[in-house]
Amino acid sequence: MTQLQGIAASSGIAMAKVYHLEAPDLSYTTTDIDQPEEEVKRLHAALDISKSELEKIKAHTKESLGDEHAEIFSAHLLVLNDPELIQPIEDKIKSENVNAEAALDETANMFIDMFKNMDNEYMRERAADIHDVTKRVLAHLLNVTFPDPALIDEEVIIVAEDLTPSDTAQLNKDFVKGFTTDIGGRTSHSAIMARSLEIPAVVGTKDITSKAEKDAFIIVDGINGDVLLNPTEEQIGTYQEKQNEFERKKQEWAKLKDEPTVTSEGRHVELAANIGTPEDIEGVLNNGGEGVGLYRTEFLYMGKKQLPTEQEQFDAYKSVLEQMNDRAVVVRTLDIGGDKELDYLDLPNELNPFLGFRAIRICLERDDIFRTQLRALLRASVYGNLKIMFPMIATLEEFREAKAILEEEKTALRNEGQNVSDSIEVGMMVEIPASAVLAKQFAKEVDFFSIGTNDLIQYTMAADRMNEQVSYLYQPYHPAILNLINTVIEASHAEGKWTGMCGEMAGDSIAIPILLGLGLDEFSMSATSILPARTQIKALSQEEMASYKDTILSMGTSDQVVDFVKEKTDQAL
Amino acid sequence: MEEKTFTVTSADGVHARPATVLVQNAGQFESDINLHYKEKAVNLKSIMGIMSLGIPSGVEVKITAEGKDEQEAISKLADTMKNEGLGE
Repeated sequence: MTQLQGIAASSGIAMAKVYHLEAPDLSYTTTDIDQPEEEVKRLHAALDISKSELEKIKAHTKESLGDEHAEIFSAHLLVLNDPELIQPIEDKIKSENVNAEAALDETANMFIDMFKNMDNEYMRERAADIHDVTKRVLAHLLNVTFPDPALIDEEVIIVAEDLTPSDTAQLNKDFVKGFTTDIGGRTSHSAIMARSLEIPAVVGTKDITSKAEKDAFIIVDGINGDVLLNPTEEQIGTYQEKQNEFERKKQEWAKLKDEPTVTSEGRHVELAANIGTPEDIEGVLNNGGEGVGLYRTEFLYMGKKQLPTEQEQFDAYKSVLEQMNDRAVVVRTLDIGGDKELDYLDLPNELNPFLGFRAIRICLERDDIFRTQLRALLRASVYGNLKIMFPMIATLEEFREAKAILEEEKTALRNEGQNVSDSIEVGMMVEIPASAVLAKQFAKEVDFFSIGTNDLIQYTMAADRMNEQVSYLYQPYHPAILNLINTVIEASHAEGKWTGMCGEMAGDSIAIPILLGLGLDEFSMSATSILPARTQIKALSQEEMASYKDTILSMGTSDQVVDFVKEKTDQAL
Repeated sequence: MEEKTFTVTSADGVHARPATVLVQNAGQFESDINLHYKEKAVNLKSIMGIMSLGIPSGVEVKITAEGKDEQEAISKLADTMKNEGLGE
């Protein structure tokens, strides 16, 4: 038995025999040719057959995965139709009398190098596209069979160095039970495709291709990121149980997709999702999200050369609001600085970026940037149920100033004849201990609180969350944190307001019972955590959890809290 | 020869998906169609050519077409620029 650790890219357990999806041998020798016209014909024959294959793959992908995933093959086809690529290849064949293989490979490599060196991620990805398509043409020139995962007709687990988009798109779920690769990460193309196809996958195992023998039995654990080669009978049994358990859970979760989130006594809490772009809404709806509890607007500003325009932001906000169809969407205004930089803003380098010029502090100083965002939000407000919150509020003055700017823009827009919703709630993030301690005073002026746990923990414990040496201080269940959270929730309820939480903690199975007991109104988490959380909450009694509140809040250590919660909620110790 | 000048309004400049649509549409015409930016001109039927220009937001570009269907080409491509939010 050999066990490898990789990155869990798509959850679930799969077991079957190994199928090596090997890159074909595309080595060639550069030769002189006598009849360039014939060679050009050979090139075009290879191009034509490649194009017809790509058309088929595109149609197949459209059917199984939808338009968006098929889009990449439109781009691939454009590359093969590109006169700026094809003409130089023909010229090279004719002027240098070289074979089509050499002319194609050298010309394509020139473009690949050019795109690879551009300082734009989109362009760098295009380099991979050109590589992917020219390999196919080269294979046809060499009469080498290009691997065709669509031909697999028995249950297998694919083992490969990496999977190209065209490989992944051709996988037949009936036979391909899972896959595992040497390279890649959670956001690489093959990982994203695996999640859409819902096949278990572990990527980035470094050397699975060299370790896995042909037809060996293999287990892929996409939940924990483990890969087991030639497992023992006992391990197979354990994993079969784990697989059944996962399937059973999945079915249970799916049943709850369209149900409200209620505790065992029927009390409703809201389970919302954290998103970064309008494209994330599909996942929110598929996982039964009741709203968006945190829309991180930074992605509109990142990976660009200049600030996003008002119109561009308006389009994104409108799209999110419309897709959510009157369900609440809480938008956090620009939270930049700290570990998130924007090259074009030329922010000063700081010794303590997390304690420095970031988020609302930048927005109040550079109110031109802030006003553009607020105008876009206000204009979009008529398309759904918008709530706005300001990040990193430390003082009442900051909140008042931010809100005053919002009101000014609202008036200005109305004077321009624009429609703006009358019912936009305006709240704040609670990430700084000062604002948690003073929640009572804030609660009189805000419409809601949203607790950002990652920052609240690091500021309360004075421990940089990027610094591994102090990572033991990152303790979400520490009574100090729980007491701050309790202060915020109580303060909001005393004023008839509500409190949500966005951050990893809101979807955590230990934290959920505690937060339920403290009276948290809204839990916002990654979309895939929603159904498991709903399942857990259904089995919990809010009243019972509330009865433990004083006991938990008077504890002295995080371990004490964890042990207590596990015992009371029957979670394994 | 027909030509038309545009100001690029798309915040990302001319790349990504809208550029693909532009190239697909240009490919439907017989005329020679070029995209001019600064001192450079590239074949508008070439996705790699377009992307290699790295055209940012806010600049002026010119599309020229020469051939039998040059008028239709320019008018169609002007629509595409507008519909894809690339520029007007």
